[in-house]
Amino acid sequence: MNAILLASDINIAENVAFGIIALVMIVAALNVVTSNNLVHAALSLVMVLAGAAAQYLLLAAEFVAVTQVLVYVGAVMVLFLFGVMLTRAKLGIDTDLNNKNFALGIPVALTMLGVMAYVLIDGFGQDRLPVGRAPVTTQAVSDSIFKPYLLPFWALSFVLLAAVIGAIVLARKD
Amino acid sequence: MLVNNFLLLGAVLFCIGVYGVIARRNAVLVLMSIELILNSVNLNLLAFSQMHNNPDGNTFALYVIAVAAAEVGVGLAMVLLIYRNRKSIALDDLSEMKG
Repeated sequence: MNAILLASDINIAENVAFGIIALVMIVAALNVVTSNNLVHAALSLVMVLAGAAAQYLLLAAEFVAVTQVLVYVGAVMVLFLFGVMLTRAKLGIDTDLNNKNFALGIPVALTMLGVMAYVLIDGFGQDRLPVGRAPVTTQAVSDSIFKPYLLPFWALSFVLLAAVIGAIVLARKD
Repeated sequence: MLVNNFLLLGAVLFCIGVYGVIARRNAVLVLMSIELILNSVNLNLLAFSQMHNNPDGNTFALYVIAVAAAEVGVGLAMVLLIYRNRKSIALDDLSEMKG
């Protein structure tokens, strides 16, 4: 580990920033799945999503980071809070949020984590992100969206339209 | 910076999300866990995009964000509908389709 940190092409500040943000994200994510308070879980989810946006900035994907903040932290979280408030008058500690046999999820998640960690360390052990090469620009991303991936973009527009209409039809009182 | 940093963080978040989907009883919390899963996938897509210096990963990450937004909208509308009909959103009460 020391050798990794002291290697010449490793940016220590970048690694420290990654570690701090990753720690915050993991703690907040654990709080999302274990908290007994719905609103606290939603606010922890904000921490995870904002941390993900910061990681995207570390990966030099600034457009995706800004989109993440606008869409997730802005819109999706408001939707979630409305969902919490509209479906449950009780705000506060709630002992009823887990399944009876929720402990079954722990071995499943740990097994999955073990397998994925083994495969990732085996496959990408010492691969580095390129240093000093120009990162992917927003211009390249937009060229990619509107040239080779134009058809999925149209399909996505229809998905969003259908989702908006479907949500209105489902949720309106009749 | 090692690519594995981001990939392992994505794996940890994915597993936490899977645990949430299995363990939670409240439908809104299950939707939140699904958001965790989608975010970990985005982290992987962007890490590979940066590793290969290829914009496709960024493109797909944006598409995943859009699909996740649509999913949350429809999902919460369905949860509201279930709540209006049954006064509860506990997922293990919804067993009418069990054979």
